[in-house]
Amino acid sequence: MKPPAFEYHDPVELEPVLELLRRYQSEAKILAGGQSLLALLNFRLTRPAALIDINRITGLSYIKEKPGWLYLGATTRQRAIEFSPLVREKLPLLAEATRLIGHLPTRTRGTIGGSLAHSDPAAEYPVVLTALDGELVARAESGERVLKAGEFFQGLMTTALAPDEMLVEVRLPAMPAGSGWAFEEFSRRHGDFAIVGVAAQLSVEGERCASARLAAAGVGPVPLRLESAEQALKQGGLNQRTIAEAAARAAEQTQPTSDLHASAEYRRHLTRVLTERAINRALERARGTRS
Amino acid sequence: MSLRRKIRLEVNGETREGWAEPRKLLVDFLREELGLTGTHVGCEHGICGACTILINGEAVRSCLMLAVQADGAELITVEGLAAGGKLHPLQEAFREHHALQCGFCTPGMLLTAYDLLRVNPSPNEEEIREALSAVLCRCTGYLTIIKAVRSAARRLPADTGK
Repeated sequence: MKPPAFEYHDPVELEPVLELLRRYQSEAKILAGGQSLLALLNFRLTRPAALIDINRITGLSYIKEKPGWLYLGATTRQRAIEFSPLVREKLPLLAEATRLIGHLPTRTRGTIGGSLAHSDPAAEYPVVLTALDGELVARAESGERVLKAGEFFQGLMTTALAPDEMLVEVRLPAMPAGSGWAFEEFSRRHGDFAIVGVAAQLSVEGERCASARLAAAGVGPVPLRLESAEQALKQGGLNQRTIAEAAARAAEQTQPTSDLHASAEYRRHLTRVLTERAINRALERARGTRS
Repeated sequence: MSLRRKIRLEVNGETREGWAEPRKLLVDFLREELGLTGTHVGCEHGICGACTILINGEAVRSCLMLAVQADGAELITVEGLAAGGKLHPLQEAFREHHALQCGFCTPGMLLTAYDLLRVNPSPNEEEIREALSAVLCRCTGYLTIIKAVRSAARRLPADTGK
């Protein structure tokens, strides 16, 4: 099908966007990369009164290094993140996750801010933000606030953004030295949304796990931080028994539902298998035995 | 409410103009306003890849973009691949390897492969498979398409993808 009619605004600055959001409240949708929104419009699964296209705002697309952090503008394309040497060096988990989002032609348009604001429970960026305790900057005419990933994702495709707020920046802590990372996911076809995905980043000191950051996608309405698995690694060290224990705890922590794509049991099983794989691969990278 | 807008862009090296309502998809604008019917409309939700074109040198689904968003952009569609009556090396390779049957997915396959070879001039088979998974083909079983892309990669100068 084709999109229903809508009023179209494509300002070149942020201020008019915020004004429009205040005016339309929930009646307007922000159009970022459009790789989900255009499909929803084509199928008429959404009928906003207005689209506010933010693609002509140039100051919203950037990757900046700050001490210990990377700041990414909301309209930074997934493709730009995929090929960014800075992201590969400072945030390799984000780079690896990006390559699993759709396909290269959809990553040309898709943006980090759009993916996070859309907040699909199986998507890659929300689970990376959750694992790394990323921050999201929301702006309205009345001011700006910074939200933690844990408070941003509130329910199935629902975020903490108010109707008059726009996500303008994403902040992620750079990976500490001596760390390893892995993003594991299972989908039936390459480029599909994951049935389950697991993000892992570990810091290693000898046999000790100095820090563990684990989160899973596809096992609930929002990404799930796998805290009990993280605890197991920090307490039990990085041996195969503890890793297996951590993966089992990760599976126990999930409360997935059954749907067309997979049963709850299968999703729980995948969580265990993928968590174990992700931990092992992150560990090999931290120890320098894998690139 | 949805006033038509004038759109001016470059398609296959030529400046073109047309009018479109904001809700007009780029692929429909190309086909209906500009008469460039080489780009195919498949699923209209970004899954099948038949409508893939290049915008400012990078592959994009033209069903997931509004025509108004392409104002000022440089586009290459399948009509722009052959130059001076001579097929592009990718097209030659598709012909040699019988990499199409019905041909519906072919424009998308060609431009997806073009983008792949631009970012990765000598891909291995795994990388070709991954890139081509962006486009659905219901006839060939993909094997001949993979062969064609490998063969074109060997033929193309490494730096340009041209």
